[in-house]
Amino acid sequence: VCFTLGGSDCSISFVSHVLGKVCVHGRQKEMLSVLVPHLAELTRSDCIWQRMCWRLLECVPERWMEAVLLGFVQTAPGADVLSRLLGNLVVKNKKAQFVLTQKVLLLQYSHKTAVLQNLLGYLSLDPLRRPLLVKVLQELLETWGSGSAVRHSPPEQQQYISKAILICLSHLKESEIESCRQELLTSMMEGVKCHLDSNLPRIRHLGMIVAESISLKINTDGPVLKFQYEEDDEARELKSLLVQTTPCCAVPSLPDEEENEKTAVLPSVSDSDKRSPTAAPVVPAEESDTDLDSDDDLVPYDMSEDKELRTKAPLYLRDCIEVLTGCENLDKWEATVKALESLIRKNPAATREVSVELAKILLHLEEKTCIESFVELRQRAQVAVLTTDPIPVAQYLTSQFYSLNYSLRQRVDILDVLVLAAQELSYPKSRGKTKHSVVPKPGIQLLPGSDSSKDWRRVVDERIKSKTRRIATGQAQVELPSGPNEFNSVAGHFFFPLIQHFDRPLTTFDLLGEDHFVLGRLVHTLAVLMYLAVNTVAVTAMGKALLEFVWTLRFHTDCYVRQGLLSCVSSMLLSVPAERLIEDMTEELLETQSWLGDVVEKDPDGDCRRLALQNLLLMENLKKKLQSVPS
Amino acid sequence: MALPPPDPQFVLRGTSAAVHTLHFCCGGQEPDVPVLFSGSENGLIHVWNLKTRRVDTALDGHGRNSVYCVETMGSKDRLLSQGRDQRICLWDLAEGRMSVTDSVFTENVGFCRCSLLKVAQGRWLMAMASKALEEVQVLELPSKMSVCTLKPGVGAKLGMPMCLKLCQLSCGSQPLLLAGYEDGSVVLWNLSMGKALSQLICHQEPVMSLDFDLEKTKGISGSSEKVLSIWSLNEQQNLQVYKTHKLVNAGISDITIRPDKKIVATAGWDHRIRIFGWKKMKPLAVLDYHTATVHCVSFSDHKQPSERLLAAGSKDHRISIWSIYTQT
Repeated sequence: VCFTLGGSDCSISFVSHVLGKVCVHGRQKEMLSVLVPHLAELTRSDCIWQRMCWRLLECVPERWMEAVLLGFVQTAPGADVLSRLLGNLVVKNKKAQFVLTQKVLLLQYSHKTAVLQNLLGYLSLDPLRRPLLVKVLQELLETWGSGSAVRHSPPEQQQYISKAILICLSHLKESEIESCRQELLTSMMEGVKCHLDSNLPRIRHLGMIVAESISLKINTDGPVLKFQYEEDDEARELKSLLVQTTPCCAVPSLPDEEENEKTAVLPSVSDSDKRSPTAAPVVPAEESDTDLDSDDDLVPYDMSEDKELRTKAPLYLRDCIEVLTGCENLDKWEATVKALESLIRKNPAATREVSVELAKILLHLEEKTCIESFVELRQRAQVAVLTTDPIPVAQYLTSQFYSLNYSLRQRVDILDVLVLAAQELSYPKSRGKTKHSVVPKPGIQLLPGSDSSKDWRRVVDERIKSKTRRIATGQAQVELPSGPNEFNSVAGHFFFPLIQHFDRPLTTFDLLGEDHFVLGRLVHTLAVLMYLAVNTVAVTAMGKALLEFVWTLRFHTDCYVRQGLLSCVSSMLLSVPAERLIEDMTEELLETQSWLGDVVEKDPDGDCRRLALQNLLLMENLKKKLQSVPS
Repeated sequence: MALPPPDPQFVLRGTSAAVHTLHFCCGGQEPDVPVLFSGSENGLIHVWNLKTRRVDTALDGHGRNSVYCVETMGSKDRLLSQGRDQRICLWDLAEGRMSVTDSVFTENVGFCRCSLLKVAQGRWLMAMASKALEEVQVLELPSKMSVCTLKPGVGAKLGMPMCLKLCQLSCGSQPLLLAGYEDGSVVLWNLSMGKALSQLICHQEPVMSLDFDLEKTKGISGSSEKVLSIWSLNEQQNLQVYKTHKLVNAGISDITIRPDKKIVATAGWDHRIRIFGWKKMKPLAVLDYHTATVHCVSFSDHKQPSERLLAAGSKDHRISIWSIYTQT
C-alpha cells in the first residue's frame, strides 16, 4: 500500500477501516511489517504525515482497536517511533488507554521484553502521557505486591510484571519518584514479604531484584536494600532493564560496534603494556643471578615433603567423640572434624558401638572455627554413621525430626542425610571396596532452598522415559557389580516414622501451618525414599501409606508442596510392582487418576501440570502393560 | 629428579633430657679423638666420643640447672659452660680431670648464650648478658676483668639481649659485638668506645639467634616468626637488610654458618633442620628426623672436608649427626 502525496484534504477513515479489519483477522504481521517502516520513515520529519498517521489510528473502530494497537506496539522498532506513529492516542481514546495500560500489562503476559520497552517508553516520551506512566507503575506494584497473586499466578506472569516494573522505574524522573515515594516504599515492603515467603527460588529472586531496584531508586543517598542471591542470566537481564539507553539514531549498529571494538582493543593494549614492564625488570635480575650461579654447585634435595606442621587427628572414634564434645584445642577440633568421616567408614564395628551418640553430636555440631566446607564435612560424617548402623540411627533421627526446639536447618539436615544414606545403601557396592559416599549425579546438594527436587525429577523423568519405550529384545548387558540390597532391611525404618506425625503440631514446629517449606522438603524426601525402595520387601506397604498421605494433602496451597506430592505419586508408580498396584490399590489409583486429571487442567503452576501429565501417562502404560500380559 | 633428603649418619641417645647446646671439637691430631660436647636440661654436660659414639664423661657443674651454652677455649681440655644457675663455669678436662677451675657469676636469669672471641694467645673476650635488663657485659678471660659494659641509650626499648656474637673484622682490629634483642633489632657495638655503631630492625618478634660471616660481612638472624633476615655490614659500619627469606613454619631456635661459608643450617620449632646455600639463600634440604623442637645446630671443625658433620640437638632428647654436602 503506497500513499501518494496529495495536497488535498482527504479522508483516511476508509483506510483505517481496512487496516482494522485486516488486523482483527490476524494478518497484523504481513500488513504492518510493510506499513510500519514506511510510516516510520515518512513521519520522521514530516509533521503532516504524523498527523495523518494519528488520524488513521484514531479512526479505527473500537472493536478492532486492540488488534491494531497490539500489532503496532509489536512491530514498532522503538519507543520513539511508536510515539511518532501513535501520538497521544492513548490519552484521547478510552479503548486505546485500556488496551495499552491495562490489558497488555496486567492481563496478558506473552509479549517480549521489547514490546514492554516500546510501550512504556512511548508512555514516557510525552508530558501528557507521563501521568499514565505513574498510574501504570502504581497498578503494577499493586499486583506485584499482592500475596494471592504471588501464590497463584504463574512464574512467567510474575516475571513479566517484574520486567514492566523495572522498565517503568527506569523511565521515571526524580520529581515523579519524589511524589510517590511513600507509596513505592509501602508496596515494596509488602511485595517483598510475599515474594520471600514463596518456596520457589525463582519467585524469591524476582522479588529480591525488584525490591533492590525500587530501593535504589527511592533512596539515592544512604543505604540501599541489598539481597544475596545468585546472579544468573535472568537476574542480569532484569537488572539491565533498569538502565535506559538513549534512543538510538537511524544507524545505531555501526557506531556501537566501532565503539565496542575500540573499548575492547584498549583494555587489551593496556594489559599488554602492563605485562611488558613487569617482564622487563625480571630479565636483568635473572641475568645477574646466572653470573653468580656458575660456582654454586650444591644440588638441592627433594623438599616436597616440607609442609606446614599440622596437629594430628585422633586415630580412634572415642577420642574423636571426646574432642568434639569438650576439647578447647581448636586445632585438634578442626583436625578431628576433617578426619571423622574416613574414621567412621574404616571402623564399622567401633562405629556401631557409639553410633547414636555420634549422630547426636553431629546433629548438634556447630562451627567453632572457620573450616572450608564445614557443612559438607558434617553431612558426610552423618551419612557415614547412618549407613554404618542404619536402624538405631534412623530411629534416632526420625524421632528428632518431630521433636521440639530444633531449627529448620537441622530438620532439613535430617531429611537430606536420610536421603543420601538411602541412596548409598540402595546402590550396589563393588565387591571388597566401599564407596566413599561418591554421590552419583544427580545428587542432593546441601544448600538452603536448593532445587534437590529438580535433580530428582530429572532422574524420575529419565526412568519414565526408559519405561515408556518398549525395548524390543533383551540386549546383551555387561555384568554389573551386584550385591545384596542393603536398603531393603531398613527402608521401612527410614520411611514410616517420617510419615507418622506430620499432622501433629508442636509449639515450635507446625508442618501444616507456617513451616510449609519443611513440609515441601519432607514430601520430596518421601518421594525419593519411595523411589529408592524399588525391589524392597516393604515397598507395597510404603506405597499405600504414601498414597494416603498424598491424598490428605492434595489441595495444599503451596506449589512446591504440590510438586512434591506429584513426585511421590510418580515414585510410587515406578517403584511398586505393577501387580501389587492393581491388586491392592485399585480404588485409590482410580481416585488418584481423577485428581491428576484435575491438576492437568486447572493447576496454575506449569511444573505441577507437567508432573500430573507424566503420572497419567505412567498409569496408562501400567494398564497397557498388564493388558498385554496374558493372564 | 631431586633425591630424597638424607638420613642422619647416626643418632646419639642417652642424654635423657632435652639438649640445648652442642659444640664440636674435632680439630685435634691423631690419637686425639673427635669429641662433641652437649649441654642438657638436667644440668649435665656430656662428652661424646665420636669414634665409639658413646658418652665418655658426664660433667655436672650446674646443680641440675639447664646448661644452655658450651664452648671450648683452644682445646678440648678447656671447656666453658653456661647454665641457668646464673653461672659460667670454666672447666679443666685434661688427663681425665673433671674440675671447675673458675666460675663467673653473671646474675642474669635469661637465656642469652655468651660469646667467646680469642684476641691473643691465652686471652679471650667473653660477652654475656648481665644483671641489668638491657645490658651486655664484656669480660676478659681468664682474668675476669670487665672490658666494657654496653648499655643502650635511654628510651631505646630494646628489651633483653637474646643472642650475642663477638667478632673481629680483621686481625688486630677493634673487636665488634653483634647483639640481637627482644624487640627484633640487631645492634652493632664498638667495644673500645662502648657505643652502638648501627642498629637495624630485622624482625617483628625477638631475635632468637644470629650468625655472621666475616669474609662477606653478611649476617643472618632468625626469630619466632616465619622470616629469616639476611643483613650486611657496609664500609661505614652500617647494617642494612640484604634480603629476607620466608619459611614454611614459624620459629627458629638456632642458626649457624658452616666454617667454609658454603651452607647455613637452621634449627626450627617445627622439628626440622633446614639447610640453605649461603651465597643466595637457596633452600637445599629439609632434614626431618626429630619429633620435637630442635634447640641447637652446630657444624664440626674437622680438618678433612669429607669428614665434616652437622649435629642437631632437640627436645626429644636425641642428637642427630648428619653428613651433608661434604664433597666440596
